[in-house]
Amino acid sequence: MKDEGGRRKAAVSWRRTRGLTDTPFHYCPGCSHGVIHRLVAEVLDELGVLEKTVGICPVGCAVFAYNYFNCDMIEAAHGRAPAVATGVKRVLPDRVVFTYQGDGDLAAIGTAEIVHAAARSERFTTIFVNNAVYGMTGGQMAPTTLLGQKTTTTPAGREVSVAGFPLKVAELMATLDGAVYVARVSVHSPKHILQAKRAIREAFKVQLDGLGFALVEVLSACPTNWGLAPPDALRWVEEKMIPVYPLGKFKVPEEIS
Amino acid sequence: MRFYGGKAPVNKILMKGNEAFGEGAIRAGCRFFFGYPITPQSELPHYLAWRLPEVGGLYLQAESEIAAINMVYGAAAAGVRVMTSSSSPGISLMMEGISYIACAELPCVIVNIMRGGPGLGNIAPSQADYFQAVKGGGHGDYRLLVLAPASVQEVLDLVGLAFDLADKYRNPVMVVGDGILGQMMEAVELGPAPEVKLPPKPWATTGTAGRKTRNIINSLYIEPEELEKVNLRLQAKYRQMAEEEKRWEDYRMEDAELVLAAFGMVARIAKAVVDRLRAEGIPAGLVRPITLYPFPDGAFERAAGKARAFLTVEMNAGQMVEDVRLAVCGRRPVYFYGRTGGMLTTVAEVAARAREIWEGLK
Amino acid sequence: MLEEVLLAGFGGQGILSTGMLLAYAALAEGLHVAWIPSYGPEMRGGTANCGVTVSDAPISSPLVVEPTTLIAMNGPSLDRFEPAVKPGGLIIYNASLINRRPVRADVRALAVRANEIAEGIGNVQVAANVMLGAFLELTRVASLGKAGEALAKVLPPRRHHLIPANLRALEEGARIAREAGTKERMKAMNKVWGQNSEFRIQKPE
Repeated sequence: MKDEGGRRKAAVSWRRTRGLTDTPFHYCPGCSHGVIHRLVAEVLDELGVLEKTVGICPVGCAVFAYNYFNCDMIEAAHGRAPAVATGVKRVLPDRVVFTYQGDGDLAAIGTAEIVHAAARSERFTTIFVNNAVYGMTGGQMAPTTLLGQKTTTTPAGREVSVAGFPLKVAELMATLDGAVYVARVSVHSPKHILQAKRAIREAFKVQLDGLGFALVEVLSACPTNWGLAPPDALRWVEEKMIPVYPLGKFKVPEEIS
Repeated sequence: MRFYGGKAPVNKILMKGNEAFGEGAIRAGCRFFFGYPITPQSELPHYLAWRLPEVGGLYLQAESEIAAINMVYGAAAAGVRVMTSSSSPGISLMMEGISYIACAELPCVIVNIMRGGPGLGNIAPSQADYFQAVKGGGHGDYRLLVLAPASVQEVLDLVGLAFDLADKYRNPVMVVGDGILGQMMEAVELGPAPEVKLPPKPWATTGTAGRKTRNIINSLYIEPEELEKVNLRLQAKYRQMAEEEKRWEDYRMEDAELVLAAFGMVARIAKAVVDRLRAEGIPAGLVRPITLYPFPDGAFERAAGKARAFLTVEMNAGQMVEDVRLAVCGRRPVYFYGRTGGMLTTVAEVAARAREIWEGLK
Repeated sequence: MLEEVLLAGFGGQGILSTGMLLAYAALAEGLHVAWIPSYGPEMRGGTANCGVTVSDAPISSPLVVEPTTLIAMNGPSLDRFEPAVKPGGLIIYNASLINRRPVRADVRALAVRANEIAEGIGNVQVAANVMLGAFLELTRVASLGKAGEALAKVLPPRRHHLIPANLRALEEGARIAREAGTKERMKAMNKVWGQNSEFRIQKPE
């Protein structure tokens, strides 16, 4: 494997991507946000679109993402990133626009915004980070919290009779005609990280080709709020989350498949 | 009123207030509108839905007022003139976004065709959103510039001004009307469309191409020291607005001893009251605030010199009257007359109340 | 000059566009105008109405609360708004649908069988403009000519083939008002001279 410069990949794998600023991440040890940030940043850099990209941050652990992505950024209200992205992209159709949202932001308070942006097939890309918990506010139950999973608001574990079922966002979005690219990936192992990057790249390609709305759901570890050591948290993604949230591409437009 | 045959608007035509809001925006160079249906402002989006595409603009119906105001946030961040409109309950939903826009210092114009409240209320005309418009409405220490036109011609003129002020101060501007102003038709002078010079917006998030630094549109300042600085900057901006932007109309105020205060459509009724009282020999006058924020307190301060009493008339339970009282500062009695729930104040009712007050002064 | 006209009837009788026609005609005469569709509690009760204010001075309150003229296209409208008409004002009522006279003694009243006349012209939808023709003849707020010219502004292009019918409606309404004016004078003079006077004026045939 060589990169564009013909260098062995291992030799440059630690180079800081131009897609990220020099600001150190504030994320907890073992949190997957850092990896996911890096994947998005690398893809934007590799596609050569950094200078014409506008990113929209969520409210949640990634609220400071505007400090990290090395492009113009907008901080949105909780859940409203898809509406803000709609405004930007409709005004600047030749720019690359993405939202970066967590599960509380996208799948609870912002459900209407993401569903309708997808239904309108807005030409932007959404990176949806699912870690099955509200991180920043203190480990409360998220719409994607697994049945039986303990959180600060489901101390005995999420129970169907009280809190209902986890929301399967990728499957839900795939039912919408306007969502033309929908994939679920994970970043708990090097192999999965590479797959995740390919999906993220495809989701931005879909936008660059003007094909419609694209969403990549990324399963993410939250050792702090899960109460697990980082390696255990990664195992938990594999053993507990993936059976509920199966990985795969739910929708791929013919043009890029 | 549609301009049939697709011709350019000509001089002196009849126009509905709601349509004048739309045409005023287009003449001000606004090409983007995001909204959500609600009565009684419907003619505004109806008008822009065909008129904006005609001038190469975009009308987009959002899934909610919450989404609409956030689309406005995005479009304003991208550097264009953008507008939304709604009526009272919808404006309540927008309050979150408006607070963010105010802190992020983005220019935009928000129209509120006020209806009866609270709650779902009704669709009849009202001025019950005065507090919400001028005192904040959303969370945090922020202010909107608030304009209150009283005729269809003034709608056209003030919407243009609203866009200019929004850009000048990088602040959201709200233009308030009521169902009557929105629904009524009056003659307007359109004249040739003014040439709009949009100010440069080097802060806009348009991609870093051609720029050395990144632009960030944000309202999050986690360090208290930082957020206080932001607030101090905002407050300085509001003080500048107060110095430079107060607007009002004096009507028969030369020797007025009984001073009526009213804004928007009610001020039209109050003018008729003043005429009636004058015909009866009562020296009445009217101060009509055109900017509700900043409030033209100087006009009332000055009026308090000759005036023996004030009567504030509103289509609400008494909101602007508080600002009139602050301006008059206890020097003269300030009375209130209002109707709520969509009931209209009539000339006869207001005149009767005014006579009562005048008799009491003897 | 200040005319505050209230036009009222059922939805679908063309009330709003007839009000608009009046506004456009008066505007063409160089007058100040304001047109307001039904508002307030009056919105209820099956009547559609609009107020048109016409003045040679800028209009302060555009709300028509005490109309100088009521144009009533149906019974409920006459019932509802007759008491509001200014003393000395005018009521023009559609005698095709209203089978009573106004009870007010302090206003002038004119009956117009607008539906029959409109049907005679070939389109019942022009009935409200028959009423407007009568109003313009009695008040001279605007000329029939200006009203005729304004039809092209009020009617959408797909209805422009109805302009001739609407012109006839305006003219018919004006003719009835003229004749009634003669009748009114007749009645007034007969009152002065006494019913049995040999100078009793006869109804023109």
